Amino acid sequence: MLAYLIRRLIAVIIMVLVVLLATFTVFFMLPKWAGQDIAVLFAGKATGAEQIEGIRTKLGLDDPLLVQFWDFVKGIPMGRDYVNGSDVTHCPAPCFGYSFRTEAPVWETLKEALPVTLALAAGACVLWLAAGVATGVVSALKRGTFWDRSAMTIALGGVSLPVFFTGMIAMGIFVHQLGWVKIADSLSTDDSAGVWLQTMILPWIVLAFLNAAMYARLTRATMLEVLGEDYIRTARAKGLGEATVIRKHALRSAMTPILTVFGLDLGVLLGGAVLTESTFNLPGLGLEAVRAISSKDLPVILGVTLFAALAIAVANLVVDLMYAVIDPRVRLG
Amino acid sequence: MPTGSTKRRLTSGAALVVAALVTTTACGGGDGGDSDSKGAGYNAALNKIANPSKKKGGTLKMVGKQDLDSADPQRAYYGMTWDFMRFYTRQLVTYDTKPGKAGTKLVPDLATSTAKISDDGKTYTYKLRDGLTWEDGSKLTSKDVKYGIERAWATDTITGGPGYIRQTLDPKTKYKGPYKDKGGLDAIETPDDQTIIFKLPKRNGDFEQFLAMPTGSPVKEAKDTKAKYTQRPFSSGPYKFQEYKSNKKIVLVRNDKWKKSSDPIRAALPDKIDVTISANQEENDKKLMEGDFDLDINGTGMTQSGRVSAVTDHRGNVDNMHTSFVRYVALIHNAKPFDNVHCRKAVFYATDFASIQQTRGGKVAAGDIANSTFPVAIPGYSKYDPYGVLERKGKPDVAKAKDELKQCGKPSGFTTKLTARSNNPGEVDAAEALQQALDKVGIKVQVDSLDGADTSSITGSPSVVKKRGYGMTMSGWGPDFPSGQGYAQPLFDSRFLNPTGNYNESQIKDKKVDALFDKAIAETDPAAAGEVYKELDKKILDQADWMPFLYEKNITWRGSRLTNAYMSDGYNGRYDYASLGVVK
Repeated sequence: MLAYLIRRLIAVIIMVLVVLLATFTVFFMLPKWAGQDIAVLFAGKATGAEQIEGIRTKLGLDDPLLVQFWDFVKGIPMGRDYVNGSDVTHCPAPCFGYSFRTEAPVWETLKEALPVTLALAAGACVLWLAAGVATGVVSALKRGTFWDRSAMTIALGGVSLPVFFTGMIAMGIFVHQLGWVKIADSLSTDDSAGVWLQTMILPWIVLAFLNAAMYARLTRATMLEVLGEDYIRTARAKGLGEATVIRKHALRSAMTPILTVFGLDLGVLLGGAVLTESTFNLPGLGLEAVRAISSKDLPVILGVTLFAALAIAVANLVVDLMYAVIDPRVRLG
Repeated sequence: MPTGSTKRRLTSGAALVVAALVTTTACGGGDGGDSDSKGAGYNAALNKIANPSKKKGGTLKMVGKQDLDSADPQRAYYGMTWDFMRFYTRQLVTYDTKPGKAGTKLVPDLATSTAKISDDGKTYTYKLRDGLTWEDGSKLTSKDVKYGIERAWATDTITGGPGYIRQTLDPKTKYKGPYKDKGGLDAIETPDDQTIIFKLPKRNGDFEQFLAMPTGSPVKEAKDTKAKYTQRPFSSGPYKFQEYKSNKKIVLVRNDKWKKSSDPIRAALPDKIDVTISANQEENDKKLMEGDFDLDINGTGMTQSGRVSAVTDHRGNVDNMHTSFVRYVALIHNAKPFDNVHCRKAVFYATDFASIQQTRGGKVAAGDIANSTFPVAIPGYSKYDPYGVLERKGKPDVAKAKDELKQCGKPSGFTTKLTARSNNPGEVDAAEALQQALDKVGIKVQVDSLDGADTSSITGSPSVVKKRGYGMTMSGWGPDFPSGQGYAQPLFDSRFLNPTGNYNESQIKDKKVDALFDKAIAETDPAAAGEVYKELDKKILDQADWMPFLYEKNITWRGSRLTNAYMSDGYNGRYDYASLGVVK
């Protein structure tokens, strides 16, 4: 078990480094190959030669890519000093880079955005797991009934409607028309739980609707498959109560594929729910990424990408470990 | 496939539903929020003051999709930031707080009067007012003004911001900025705390304009946190920072050390100024209409859905703002066959200006059809219209276009490439409208859409333009300061043709054009300079170098609570933020 864990952790680190290198290449090398000057991108309207030269030194764009990459990686455990012209700024560990747009370490930005993304992901995934799995199970049991058909039609809607669409409608109705909830203009850890709840409730529901729909369909399909298995027939033949058969025998084994998907979804969500966060203006990682991309704030883009990759890798690892708990057939060795 | 068509029907049905919902919610919300107050009337802030009032108090609430580019006066370059900075920075001279064109006049701010200029036009002397203070109550002196301006030379730390003062006072950049060179800049002298003297190596009639930009703001050396100054600038104006979270929130509160007696410009009516940066612009428009916010700090106009319900249901809260932006197509001189003037003229005649205007949103939302390369508010504009664009109400003249093509030696037309910015709403559509019109005379255009942020390194780089074979670029341009130099020099002067970040997109290399700029810039009388710029505009148009097509207009929301709201040409048609109040 321990050996397995170590192996997996090393794999996680390698994967994150590969993602980081790829991101580095996309943002630093591709423009160069296309003949663009990154320093000019940063300069915006100010185009004097000395301005552009200043930006180049400030961002360390003169160094070879591998050197830039190594400096960045080294900064995460060790911290790093950024030369800001005649000013030196220390970026303490964990240093995920330094944004010259906001003049602050990227980690500060990530640290502020993280609670928002965590809250959004946690609330939404509880909702969608509960609603999705329950709907799926009931639909599977009442296959072909009116309930099943209407639940699956709604689920189809949920799967096919994008978040910005359902989000705008939800806000139009519940915020502007009925005035039931008020969405805060910005969220921080200083705000009260009430403000967080008010702001989060719609995004939770909207995001959960999208995912619950998927989970309902998935649960229904897996449950139908499992319910046709011989061991279910055996369990029923033994005279076990229907509730026990469903809960302990069918659902438990149907959970394995759902858990796999869940792990991936949660990981992606922790990296920032870009559409949901932009629609509701939730200052989480996703919105931070969008802002960073539109203002070409490369260090923040790198920081968010790195964090997203980490989240997905770790979520996957956790799911793999959970298999052992849910399904004894899976042995880790 | 049957499923495909069902899906399509579903989506189009859904689109209808959402459209209906969006419009009803917008109206519903507006009725609720604005029931007790009404807007001051359509265009009430255009060339006049909407809701004049001297009452103090309240919180001015602004919203915007985009944050300030920097809160550091020497690093900012966005027009909206300059407008906002008057809350906490002051300059020797600044734009008059008057509506419309009167707002482009320079008036004394920290100084007791505009500059005393020596006879050779090279020495500018200012006396500072009495009672000038910083937010800690200490005295603001001429040395602080000198130090603030010197910061602009530290280009490796103080990045961004315009270079005009630097290029004028120290064209060879010998000075290295106050962090590396404690000796200071020789071109600025401060014989005593109240006096500051600028010595220009060469005349520049717009020099006071450069000092009016926030680059000319004082900074107190003891409070200079270098690159981090943007996080908490030290105030010399009526408000100071209480909170600044970049990309999220700005809160300014009264600076009780600021004395109204020392400042004839700033009304300082609200007690507090609260700015929210929020990503969803549709949602921001709704909140504006519901009265949650008073105005959009970006001032770039409402979204399409927002402006429809604003104009229909809240006409009294809407201003049809004239920005000083000109939308244009640059014809690239060395791209064949545009090296021939007749091929360029063919484009002028074949363009359907009216259809481009329609595509971008019509006369109200997009703007007026342009004739001059200069915007109306800038001296240099005239009614000169050599291609009869206004006469034909923007319609093309196919016969003349074909005739020009014949003279160019391309009677059956030619093929070329045009760039447009994909994230500029309507620009790609406008490019496609142009494509259709040119197609009618045989000019086949391939439209290449680019990310707006990339343009400085693509269309702004002559070598990339050549490599990619572009013949025309579509974009928009507004002045940094309201004069021909601030507007047109980067566009047409060959000395501004840079290897990257180039805005002389037509790549005009004409000694006569450069000489006209020199003549106008040396002129200290703006009216006389304006006449030279008129001549320049005529020359550019006659040569068909650069084709303006629209004078931009926006639909802007003016909250019902706002008092003293007017649009200033000194700030590209935005509301003059320093004058706004919220209590009637």
